[in-house]
Amino acid sequence: MKQKLHEIKERVKDKKWAPAFNAIHTFLYTPNEVTHKGGTHVKAADDLKRTMNTVIMSLVPCLLFGIFNAGYQHFGAIEGLPQDFSLFEHFITWRNLVVGLTTVMPLLIVSYGVGLAIEFVFAVIKGHEVEEGYLVTGMLVPLIVPIDTPLWMLSIAVAFGVVIGKEVFGGTGMNILNPALTIRAFLFFAYPTWMSGDKVWVHGAVDGLTKANTTDAISGETILGYLAQNKTDEMTYSLSEMFYGFIPGSVGETSTLLIALGALFLIFTKIASWRIMLSAVLGALAMGLVFNAVVDLGWIQSYSKFYSLMAFDFWKHLIVGGLAFGIVFMATDPVTSSQTNRGKWIYGFLIGFISVMIRVFNPGYPEGVFLAILLMNVFAPTIDHYVVQANVKRRLKRAQHAKIYPVNEPAHLETQTV
Amino acid sequence: MSQDIRIKKGLDLNLVGVAEQAFQKEVSSSTFGFYLDDFHALIPKLLLKEGAEVKAGEPLFYDKNTPEIQFASPVSGELVAIERGDRRKILSIRILADKDQQYLKHQKLPINNASRQEVLEYFLTTGLWPFIKQRPFDLIADPKQIPKAIFVSGLNTGPLNPDLDFVLKGSEEKLQAALSALNKLTPGSVHVTVASKKNSVFSALEDIVLHEINQLHPAGLAGTQIAHIDPINKGEVVWVVGAQDLVIIGELLLTGQFNAARIVAVTGSRVKNPKYIKTKIGAELGPIFEAIGIQEGDNRFIAGDVLSGSKVKPDEHLRYYATQLTVILEGNDYEFFGWNKPVFDKVSPTRALTFSWLNKKKAYDLNTNTNGEHRAFVVTGSYEEVFPLDIYPMQLLKACMVKDLDEMEQLGLYEVVPEDFALTEFICISKQSHQAIIREGLDVLKQELG
Repeated sequence: MKQKLHEIKERVKDKKWAPAFNAIHTFLYTPNEVTHKGGTHVKAADDLKRTMNTVIMSLVPCLLFGIFNAGYQHFGAIEGLPQDFSLFEHFITWRNLVVGLTTVMPLLIVSYGVGLAIEFVFAVIKGHEVEEGYLVTGMLVPLIVPIDTPLWMLSIAVAFGVVIGKEVFGGTGMNILNPALTIRAFLFFAYPTWMSGDKVWVHGAVDGLTKANTTDAISGETILGYLAQNKTDEMTYSLSEMFYGFIPGSVGETSTLLIALGALFLIFTKIASWRIMLSAVLGALAMGLVFNAVVDLGWIQSYSKFYSLMAFDFWKHLIVGGLAFGIVFMATDPVTSSQTNRGKWIYGFLIGFISVMIRVFNPGYPEGVFLAILLMNVFAPTIDHYVVQANVKRRLKRAQHAKIYPVNEPAHLETQTV
Repeated sequence: MSQDIRIKKGLDLNLVGVAEQAFQKEVSSSTFGFYLDDFHALIPKLLLKEGAEVKAGEPLFYDKNTPEIQFASPVSGELVAIERGDRRKILSIRILADKDQQYLKHQKLPINNASRQEVLEYFLTTGLWPFIKQRPFDLIADPKQIPKAIFVSGLNTGPLNPDLDFVLKGSEEKLQAALSALNKLTPGSVHVTVASKKNSVFSALEDIVLHEINQLHPAGLAGTQIAHIDPINKGEVVWVVGAQDLVIIGELLLTGQFNAARIVAVTGSRVKNPKYIKTKIGAELGPIFEAIGIQEGDNRFIAGDVLSGSKVKPDEHLRYYATQLTVILEGNDYEFFGWNKPVFDKVSPTRALTFSWLNKKKAYDLNTNTNGEHRAFVVTGSYEEVFPLDIYPMQLLKACMVKDLDEMEQLGLYEVVPEDFALTEFICISKQSHQAIIREGLDVLKQELG
């Protein structure tokens, strides 16, 4: 097979669709390319595919959890949540898996199918190799959308995100905005009724399925939704449920535990920046503390529409909504984040800080993390500029004491040519 | 002022095939070769015709742009072949060596009483000048300029590099002569950096400032040392001389003879008995490889180390500045699912199912496969881990790629040479050619701003 593929590769080398063949070929076999003149003769083991693959591996637990949680929330909404919860009796069950697979897998397939198809087309048109950027984006997209997002909507959003978010800038490595978040933002602003409210987070709610023995349609309010409407009393989720993720929300972002595991894996493998993750957590905590202080000082009354969210314990912001997921998997995208180490601290801190701010001040849509990250994506080059300028200034300052000697007259020496 | 330098950022590349500290019996070489691409941007003008007789140390050619720089023949013999490429550009020169070597007799230079001008002219006329490289731009030094300091690296830290303390043992007298002469050429100091101030051939030498640095690659590169001792500012010039070249310089100063002797470490996983061998600049590689023994197969022959050396053919000659030969296996084969399976036999700066972090002492047998394809810059922050200069490496590379002269200048291109970017190129996930990018950037900057 190796030999056959090599022969085909040689034969299609000059064809226009060669990049498409190569993309599949290099997926199967690392190429036979060797180092060339004027560079190092050996190279380290890592390539972009391996890097992307590591991020995908860190996302798999969240995906699996999301699949089971889709079923769990669905049946929980119809039959009521179990009183004495047991992981294997109520969560990891066949019927949860079936519901999850039938709802989540189509999202995943559409996300990869549409996105990769566009990548291939652009690679062929522009005559460059298919770069691996979309491997991670394609995995992120189904994890950050509501479970019942119609597939046609997702297709349009993915097409928009890949073309406008990435390809117009020149493809992988050149984009300004995180493509997965561009897709999410497109969905949110184009189809707002499908992206927020209490009907979208649980499978079946949109179709008006009814709760057992009642005529009420099922609904699944997120914790942030409860808080934004000052309905804290109706919220029945315990702290551990929020942390483990047995709550309604976008497909893969509910389990803080598994996100934290993914974060540890990414930090251990040195693939994602721990600086961004840590500073974003600190930023979120800082903003949360400010709001808590406002409440403690009595500057805001309990009838205020911001009260519940402001009074929400500062550290709990990290375990509800998409904040943790955004910090670990979105903010750390190396292309759209700050590229300097010092810039990463500032960039991460502001993401955490602004996320919680938007969350509290925008009750209509209490999830601020994707807007905060997109905003900071735009400002990342500015942050880097000032960080790099500090280095430039240091160099210019040093240059004031440069020891430059006048150029000597050329030494006159007899030379003769043939 | 003497300094103790500690660098934390870097990467030691442990490879199979370290040269044993012993000498292979010398082998004779019938022809000697000069390769003009060893001298970047040089336009040679020949002083002799094909068929002419030449003595060892006699000028062979000079640089068209700087005619005072003359290049001396390493041996006596007959100039047998001049290989030309496109537009009659000279690629290489070959000399058929005499059985009995005739040396051109130069005056000895009384170093202590010589003026700067006398030393300068002595270096230029005797063919010693090409051993002096200048920064910025990484070229042979311009004799019209005055360097603020001269740097010599007294230690090697690159992969399989020769051990300088072993190579230079017993050459103290020649080193001293060369360093004293160089000291006349700069109003500043001659800085020598070694691994240990106490146990080095340079320990007892005079007319130098001795520095110590920890042995983490790229500590042995002059660029790292300059950046920590006296970084180059815009408009400044520093000169760099190789430690082994000092021996040739010193011998000429003391004896009046241009003896192009080289001790070369023959290293790498494909070498049967990696050892040192005494030879001369331009000697045939074939007999050397034959004497030391190379395993059959599809081999990559490198003059220098695997990070910054140049690719050579085994029937060529020893490159002008090379003090090391490396032979490794070519890696022109496919690897099934090479991008996602665990990797134990390759070096990696990450832990993404790569396991070189488990055992830092293990020696690896790397081949020339790129382990992936060329991509746009994606990952950030990894170059900084192996790059000990106060420079933003990726930003500088990008400035060079878009040829933004202002940025190149501001981000510190004057301070670097291509070899400083060898480690970042080695670990680059996007498989970009950092050294070529920097070389091109330097050429553009030189052309535009002089």
